[in-house]
Amino acid sequence: MKNQLLSINDLSHSDVLSILNTAAELEKITSGANKKLPTLRGRTVVNLFFEDSTRTRISFETAAKRLSADVINFSAKGSSVSKGESLKDTAQTLQAMGADAVVIRHGSSGAAQRLADSGWISATVINAGDGTHEHPTQALLDAFTISKAFPDRKNDFSGVRVAIVGDILHSRVARSNVLLLTKLGAKVTLIAPPTLLPVGVEQWPVDISYDFDAEIENFDVVMMLRIQLERMSNFFFPNEREYSRRYGLNETRLSRMKKSAIVMHPGPMNRGLEISASSADSSRSVIVDQVGNGVVARMAVLYLLLGGAPISEVLS
Amino acid sequence: MSAILESADIDRALKRISHEIIERNHGIESVVLLGIPTRGAYIAARLAEILKNLGSEVPVGTLDITMHRDDLRMRAPRPLLPTVLPLGGIEGKDVVLVDDVLFSGRTIRAALDALGELGRPKTVQLAVLVDRGHRELPIRADYVGKNLPTSSNESVKVSLKEVDGIDSVEITGAR
Amino acid sequence: MTYTLTNVTLPSGEVSNIVIDGNQILSVGTQSQGDSIDCTGLIALPGLVDLHTHLREPGKEDSETVLSGSQAAAKGGFTAISAMANTSPVADTAGVVEQVFRLGKEAGLCEVFPIGAVTVGLAGERLSELGAMADSAAQVRVFSDDGKCVSDPLVMRRALEYVKSFGGVIAQHAQDPRLTENAQMNEGEVSSRLGLAGWPAVAEEAIIARDILLADHVKSRLHICHLTTKGGVELVRWAKAQGISVTAEVTPHHLLLTDELVESYDPIYKVNPPLRTQDDVDALRAGLADGTIDIVATDHAPHPTEDKECEWSAAAFGMLGLETALSIVVKTMVETKKFTWTDVARVLSSNPAKIGGYVRQGQELVAGSPANITVINPTLEWSVNREELSSKSRNTPFHGYTLPAKVIHTIFEGVIVVKDGELTGKKHD
Repeated sequence: MKNQLLSINDLSHSDVLSILNTAAELEKITSGANKKLPTLRGRTVVNLFFEDSTRTRISFETAAKRLSADVINFSAKGSSVSKGESLKDTAQTLQAMGADAVVIRHGSSGAAQRLADSGWISATVINAGDGTHEHPTQALLDAFTISKAFPDRKNDFSGVRVAIVGDILHSRVARSNVLLLTKLGAKVTLIAPPTLLPVGVEQWPVDISYDFDAEIENFDVVMMLRIQLERMSNFFFPNEREYSRRYGLNETRLSRMKKSAIVMHPGPMNRGLEISASSADSSRSVIVDQVGNGVVARMAVLYLLLGGAPISEVLS
Repeated sequence: MSAILESADIDRALKRISHEIIERNHGIESVVLLGIPTRGAYIAARLAEILKNLGSEVPVGTLDITMHRDDLRMRAPRPLLPTVLPLGGIEGKDVVLVDDVLFSGRTIRAALDALGELGRPKTVQLAVLVDRGHRELPIRADYVGKNLPTSSNESVKVSLKEVDGIDSVEITGAR
Repeated sequence: MTYTLTNVTLPSGEVSNIVIDGNQILSVGTQSQGDSIDCTGLIALPGLVDLHTHLREPGKEDSETVLSGSQAAAKGGFTAISAMANTSPVADTAGVVEQVFRLGKEAGLCEVFPIGAVTVGLAGERLSELGAMADSAAQVRVFSDDGKCVSDPLVMRRALEYVKSFGGVIAQHAQDPRLTENAQMNEGEVSSRLGLAGWPAVAEEAIIARDILLADHVKSRLHICHLTTKGGVELVRWAKAQGISVTAEVTPHHLLLTDELVESYDPIYKVNPPLRTQDDVDALRAGLADGTIDIVATDHAPHPTEDKECEWSAAAFGMLGLETALSIVVKTMVETKKFTWTDVARVLSSNPAKIGGYVRQGQELVAGSPANITVINPTLEWSVNREELSSKSRNTPFHGYTLPAKVIHTIFEGVIVVKDGELTGKKHD
């Protein structure tokens, strides 16, 4: 496994299996009264968040703390970063503080890769969402969630049909999930109005549909994406009502889904827009499970990236 | 390289250990076997099979100790191996940890920590196929298949049919 | 002073002596006079002319000055460069263009022709004092809001019409602003994967098409800056076939680099207009070869290190070009057998001089021509090292590349400003 997680492309198929299996074991051994493991004692994990994301930050923080790592939260809001300090200066500060890993969330696509490739810092870089590019740990927790919903498949998703519905154009969750779920064998269909699909999407290894109703009874997983209301100002769709009617998950659509199918959403949800309250709270919904799975999936990533000797030492 | 134990020797050793477990625990009602993966898990399964043939069904599980190792920083990270607790758990039970080779004692130290995360057994005992000496911690085995005096630069290789195709214990020379 | 370049190969392939006397070519033939400079195996081209240079002075002297830009130009074989108007203050008055013009004279390493802004402050709303700039000491003839597009069709129409009165030309930076809001790179398969906001080819082509039709309607001269798309080449080809007065340029980097380089997220590849696809690169080379594209212009855009040492979206657009332009043209056009040396002289010297109205530039190397000459070694490979550039900035995408053809001597108005690849410290007064 590489010494960083910037994109799902950094992971081989066996790396992914190793993460999913490790997450499953971690879930078992931390389900008791004592949730804490000593594994990363003495290691420092910095959560470097240039964008607000309480959920992702808390999830990484919980994961690191359950492995006994020291956690430093470095939020760009109200710090020198918002006063014009550059990514480079911030990185060098963290380097001087002895960070072993930097979990970075940034509004600019490629920021995590830039941090890792620049030579400004030697810490392991973990991408916690970069612009509209990728969010690899979200995809890993989603795959873990699907894996738990279909335990007989033992992480082989061939033949599993996944629909990812909504704003694909701006979704880092969608990009990472397309890469990861297809790597595990799933057949992914992207469903969105043409305005919310990127030019060039036809070269992705997926099916494309503009019609949510066309095949809804065939999917095993329906993953709804958050719609940002500011998209309306750029004419991506006429209004909320029309979006919701054509691309929202409502009772009618829910009732047409396979009996075994699950509903996912990376959160935070706009209830009543891309997903109705009753769909979000239905027995098919694994949305709450996704949150818990996020902690163990991130524990697995942190352990596999930080738990051993630095790659350089292992090789020497 | 020389085979110290062959298949029949291993069978005999495990049978003896099984009898000792029954004897020592005055029956086996509250005994739980927990094998340490990889090979300890197979040995635990064999012990359970022998006990079953002796008329005593014993719950058997596995206990991964990776997250508690004190040598994590010395090698590349390893994926976790399965921890499977038997039905009924370990709370208040007489847990017999099972491993293939007892050497420095560090693995067992980690196993005790890992066990502590999962519950509070009444007693914890240790069964090993081979005790090769050179302890670095105050740890001893309750059941030993074979005491094997070695020099510290030799290594002991346990092969089991389930993973290696044959049953044998070998000492390989100083590297 | 009189001296002779001996045994130099002319663009035609003929080997000759060029005798230079003062700022004129005295003779081209077998004669020699004064000191000789042995040019065996070297090619003499008319001094190179860049129609698109950002010199950053006034306002951003930390990234480039007229002097440092002139030095980079001389090293790159240029005897004339054109200073774009997007300085601070903007070159939208006679005062600013005269300042730049004077700084160029003082540097004395090449001619520096200021380009005037089409609109006040490049805001696209009101015409600058185009006539005053034309009448100034700088005698501006090329006007451009480069960096910004003159997107309002009425403003563009009026600008095209107005400059006819003094033989000016509008150099359009073709980029529809609404279609490229927050755009970061070429829109296509690569941008879809990288999650960077796309810059569609149509945003460039729509403006080119509109402006071609406007130029035809008002019968004025239009120049298209840095063409980057296959569709743009087709539009210009069509316009020329109709007899519309349009010229077009391509940059060296768009002749070589593609958007796949952006996969590194290294902002060294961030440029406006963006790097396109291989298909576009092939079309640009073909368009340059068949004359659809008239010139190669560098769009030399220096930026300080901190503006590139950051995440992609925060980085500045632009690349250095003056010191590598000739080599990239040789690599993409001569080595691929699309170009002879006469063609190189055409796109890097005579055509840009004609478009800009630079009368002492781009002339054939014959007796009586001004002594603006670039002598190159066509077979010498060299390795680009950004630390060794004369520009004040380091943002070349070609760092570490080994490129063909090296500028050996640059002669500006008879003065040898670069000799054996190094600045001599001499200048033209």
